[in-house]
Amino acid sequence: MAAAADLQFALPQVLAQFRAANTGVEVSAVYGSSGNFYSQIRNGAPFDLFLSADMDYPRRLAAEGLAVPDSLFKYAVGRIVVWVPAASSIDVDGLGIRALESDAVRHVAIANPQHAPYGRAAEAALRSLGVYDRVAPKLVLGENIAQTLEFVQSGAADGGIVALSLVLAPTVKNQGRYWEVPLDAYPRIEQGGVILSRARGSAGAARLGAFLKNAPARRILRDYGFYAPEGR
Amino acid sequence: MDWQAIALSLRLAVSTTAILLALGLPLAYWIVYSHRRWKFLVEAVVALPLVLPPTVLGFYILLAIGPRSPVGALYAKLTGGLLPFSFAGLLLASVLYSLPFTVQPMVAAFGAVDRRLIEASWCMGVSRAATFRRVIIPLARAGIATGAILSFAHTIGEFGVVLMVGGNIGGITRTVSISIYDQVQALNYTAAAHTSLLLLGFSFAVLAVVYALQRRVWAIWPVS
Repeated sequence: MAAAADLQFALPQVLAQFRAANTGVEVSAVYGSSGNFYSQIRNGAPFDLFLSADMDYPRRLAAEGLAVPDSLFKYAVGRIVVWVPAASSIDVDGLGIRALESDAVRHVAIANPQHAPYGRAAEAALRSLGVYDRVAPKLVLGENIAQTLEFVQSGAADGGIVALSLVLAPTVKNQGRYWEVPLDAYPRIEQGGVILSRARGSAGAARLGAFLKNAPARRILRDYGFYAPEGR
Repeated sequence: MDWQAIALSLRLAVSTTAILLALGLPLAYWIVYSHRRWKFLVEAVVALPLVLPPTVLGFYILLAIGPRSPVGALYAKLTGGLLPFSFAGLLLASVLYSLPFTVQPMVAAFGAVDRRLIEASWCMGVSRAATFRRVIIPLARAGIATGAILSFAHTIGEFGVVLMVGGNIGGITRTVSISIYDQVQALNYTAAAHTSLLLLGFSFAVLAVVYALQRRVWAIWPVS
């Protein structure tokens, strides 16, 4: 399966549970930018299942006949946070997103809004919270949301707007502080998946698709900072 | 077509080539004429960017020039700026990345210069520096030109390293290869195709010039 980069830490847990319950099914995941996977799948990449960081790419694949009809499902709602390294003097707890306006912040990393759903959300939040004009000259763009976090972790950028799901990962948790961007400050990051055409009739893919909508998977995703989608 | 990215790539390639010429000439000279026993180690380091994946190189460079590293801290102290996500940082990365493409053709060309001509020049009392300037460089100019052209072209086509250290800022670090990548990601295939075609034509022209240069030299100074 192909999975959006924000699932990097949560999905392995989900898959471990799935494997334990379905011993006959082999599954492995590749992580990357949703837009990139969309292009690859259109050009024949051999994936059975695609978990995007938005609804648009899977919907398009379904419309183009590259996915099993009616297999489109929502599995999570992504959340974004302003994240700074633990040692940083930037007061993200007190000032929230306004902390990024400070002169001490020289580079702010976001994912590329052109093709990363989290980048679009970050840009929208900067605009709706009225800090876009002051922060725009400081923006550096990561290729996907995981690289965006890496820019801040390496110290090259002073802060970033990244997925809560990455920040809550065990290895990242103690490295920084974050402020969650209110959900109404940006369009909801509804994340959807589809079963792709080459897996038509595959019981394993259907079972995995169903598993992602079940309570145990939802619980893991919630622990990693995703909200459950409304309805199916 | 993203002219801003094309202009940036050209500026980066010209600057990289100029620095590499200044750096590569003495380095190649040293590699060819030094008798140090550990010379092979320097040669191995120079050739490293040929073998290392650009992602490895980019990852190391990002850590090495970040504000927490000695290099990054020193740069911040001297200029008040930061190296990552800046043109200077990209330039540094490009110089490292294209170093073997400049140095190796120069080494080959210097090595091919007839040793007797060099020694004759020394015997006539011409200094080593003047011999280098007036005997070796003219005889090795095809190799030097090849090195310069290859590093220029290599910088234009650089992708992985720029993706890792650039941060994709329009006019500062969004080079033409990154711009094409973005266009493909944004499903803007027509624009990507136009820019790609331009790069294809450019690359072919560069290679044609490189091979033409080598041919002319062979015609004038046949290898004995």
